Order: sequence, then C-alpha cells, then structure tokens
Amino acid sequence: MKIESQCDATTQAIGEKLAKLFQYGQVVALHGNLGAGKTVLSRGIARGLGITEPVTSPTFTVAQEYKTPDGHWLYHLDMYRIDDEMAAIAFGVEDYLTNRNAIALVEWPERISRLLDGNSCIVVTINHLDEETRELDLPDALGEKLLQIGLPEGARVIEP
Amino acid sequence: MNILGIETSCDETAAAIVQDGHQVKSSVISSQIALHAGYGGVIPELAAREHLKNIGPIVQAALNQARVELQYIDAIAVTSNPGLIPALLVGNAFAKGLAATLGIPVIGINHFLAHIYGTFIDNNESLNNPENYPILALVVSGGHTAIVLIQQDGNAKIIGSTLDDAAGEALDKAAKILNLGYPGGPIIDKLAKTGNPEAFNFPRSLTGARGKPLAPEHKFDFSFSGVKTSLLNTVKSMTHIDDILPDLLASYQAAVMDVLIMKAIAAASEYNARLICLCGGVACNSYLRQNLQTAAEKARRKLLLAPPKYCTDNAAMVAGLGFHYAKNNLLGTLDMPANARLDHNLGILPFAIGN
Repeated sequence: MKIESQCDATTQAIGEKLAKLFQYGQVVALHGNLGAGKTVLSRGIARGLGITEPVTSPTFTVAQEYKTPDGHWLYHLDMYRIDDEMAAIAFGVEDYLTNRNAIALVEWPERISRLLDGNSCIVVTINHLDEETRELDLPDALGEKLLQIGLPEGARVIEP
Repeated sequence: MNILGIETSCDETAAAIVQDGHQVKSSVISSQIALHAGYGGVIPELAAREHLKNIGPIVQAALNQARVELQYIDAIAVTSNPGLIPALLVGNAFAKGLAATLGIPVIGINHFLAHIYGTFIDNNESLNNPENYPILALVVSGGHTAIVLIQQDGNAKIIGSTLDDAAGEALDKAAKILNLGYPGGPIIDKLAKTGNPEAFNFPRSLTGARGKPLAPEHKFDFSFSGVKTSLLNTVKSMTHIDDILPDLLASYQAAVMDVLIMKAIAAASEYNARLICLCGGVACNSYLRQNLQTAAEKARRKLLLAPPKYCTDNAAMVAGLGFHYAKNNLLGTLDMPANARLDHNLGILPFAIGN
C-alpha cells in the first residue's frame, strides 16, 4: 500500500502510529535514498514507543540504542557505512537483529539483505515525490492496520 | 604518573602513554602503523574483530615507543562510552584484564570529554588560568556536534547539540551525493578552497534565517539534515556539476560551518565564556579554523584550536584525561559497563581548576 506524506511532520506522525503496530522481536527494513526521511520516520516510531530523548542519525555510530519506558529496546541501525553481510557480522549486527525484547529498524538494509531475508522482516520504502512530499510503501497487511487506527493529518492513500 | 590510554570506540585502535596528563610519551593509532605492520594497508572499518587483532600489538607498540615497561604504568584509562558497543567491548575487556593482572586501577573515559581534553594536552596551563573560565567547547565530529559550557569548578553542561545529523556526517553525505569518496570532510575542505562560498545560498537551519521562527529551547541546537536535502535537490536540478563543483562545495561547507561559528560565538556571549575551544575530527577543517578565529577575535574571546593530531581519534587524549581522574581518585571498577550513547549529564570534569 502506498501512502503520501505531505511533509516531515506527517512522516513522523505516521511513524508514531506504526509503532503501535509493531511487536518486540520484529525487524523493520527501511529503504530510501539520502534525504528521503528514514530517520524522521524512525524518530516517529521512537516517539510512538514512548522514547523522549533526541533521535539522531545512526550513520556514524551504526547502531543507536534507546530504552523504552516499559523496559524494551528500540535499535536504530544504519548499514550505510557497512559494506556487506560479512562486515555486518564482524561489527556484531546479529546481536541487534535477534533480540526478542527489541524492535530493530534497519536503514540501508540492502547492504545486508542476505541477513534479513530469512528474518521475516517488515519492508518499508520511502520515496521522494518532490522537495517536501514523500511516498511510503508499506506491506498491505500493515497498511490495512494503519488505516484502521487512522492516518494522521497530511497523509492519504495513493495506491491501496 | 604514567597512564596507559586505550581507545577502541570507533574505527581506530589506539594506545598511548601519557605522563601527568600532558607529557605524551607515545601515541599509536592503527591506521598509522598499518602499512608497517604487514596488514597490507587496508583495515576494514568498524570491525570489532579488527580491534581484537590490533589491540595487543598496538599497546605493545605504545609501550615500546614510550620506553616504559608495564610495571611503571600507574593506571589504565579506556574509552567506555559513547561508541560502537562491539568495538568498545574489545578495549574494555583488554584494559580490565591487564589492570587486574598488574593490580592497578582501570578508569572508564567518556570519548566526548576526551576530545575536549585533546585541546588542552599541549596547553595544560590554559586549564589553570581562572581568567579562562567559563570555557566553551565546540565539539564537532562525524558522530557529535555539541556546545559544552565548563565552569571553573568543573561543572559541565551541554547547552546545545544536533537534533539530527552531526556536522561531520553532513560533509560525508555531501561527498557521497557528489561521488567524491569517504571520508568527506578532508576532500570537501580541499576542493572548496578554490570555490566561491556565496555562489549558492544553502539554508542555515535553526538560526532564524529565512523568517522561520526559532524556538528558544533550540537556540544553541543544530540541524544538518535540511542542508543535506537542499544539496541533493540542487544537484538533481542541474545537468553539469563539474564546472561549478568548487562553488557548490564552498557554499555547502560555508552553510555548515557558519552555523557552528555563529552559534558558538552567540553562546560564548550569552554565557560570558572567556575561552572558546574547538575540537573533534571536523576541527581539522581549514574554513572552520580560520573563520572561527576571525569571529572570536571580533567577539574578543580567546580561542584554542585542538591540534589536528588530537582532533581525530587517538588515545593520548584518553590517557591525558585519565590522569585527572586518577589524581582525584575517581577510579573505575572491574565491573564497569560500556555504553553506546552519550549521557547528556556530563557531571564534574576533573581537569578544571577547581580540582
């Protein structure tokens, strides 16, 4: 399902709603080019999980860890600086992908696609439409659930 | 007092021996000795397993170069936060094992504070001059962008930091957008030298420019995500960029650096900081060094620029800072943890004059 988001604030609000639909133990692959808004969506997901601290880009650190108020974890991973699966394993990425008490968001997941394929991960893609607006491509089942709890202001379905 | 410093928070494995916080007897960094040590010159980045391979030889090299034997090491200081957890664990496990064997203390060091201390290794006397306080530190690297205020009693507070991307990351990503290579900072610095910084008008986020009101709580915060997107849009709209590449880079670099300079000077004025110090990897940038110098002179503030060798990751700053903890008996324990994130509560810095 494709959803249009008017601006960063809307993308973040969509993230907040999506957080309610994820379960701990799940891995979310976040596709999208530079500047698409992956970190903005991630910040929304963090807010939806009750995390209030600043959510900054994980590009340099590769992994950012946030504790949720109920004692779970949100891992915000970024494979931008990781060359391939071997480098990711050497980094220690598996610890992050297999924690059942954590939701792991993975930016630039195509770098480690072979590690994610068997992982039944949720694939979300963000595309540029123009300078401000973005298109979010969600798995249909997730999109349906999102419609049930209601889209935020500034978002609309463009392809069911 | 001889301190062995160990740094494995990110790409570099580093070890150093520093006496009394300022006499650097050796400072060894993996990328520097890679070519001489039979690694073939290429060290994969970010791999904890590379730290595991490097750590023993690097520490040995630091001891050899300093001509200090292990029995004359008084304490081991190791970066324990913030950083990449798998990488930090290697340094911390090694430091703890060695400290336990030698029966000497281990001290956990905050990498972010170590960068600030890096400014003062060769300028220790600046820390002892009460006329320099409060000190304002602008910490800019690939992972951090923050303004820290340090009082004479050692009380330190982050008064502003990035809300999204770090300044170094803004440079790396720009280099990526333009296919210039990694890391982007040094490449952009070089190519921008012949360009016109006013050729393109990139946004200065969170400055109140372009009529966007600035929330008071973000007065000294930074945001570099927007300027990156703006560059991307500019590049997409053009067919030939080769001719105007220097102008494009000079303008982009200026947009990033001007905000850093503007906010540092404004914060120094608001908090009446007498001395501004610049540190972290991006502190190597020549535009930033020059223009901060000019701005500080105009604002009548003293300025200390960290020497380039202590801007990028190194263990001398870790060992140097470790001395001040050891002197004040602020020691770590064998069960101290490693943490990925920067705790915004910096506590009391042991190197200020009050200590």
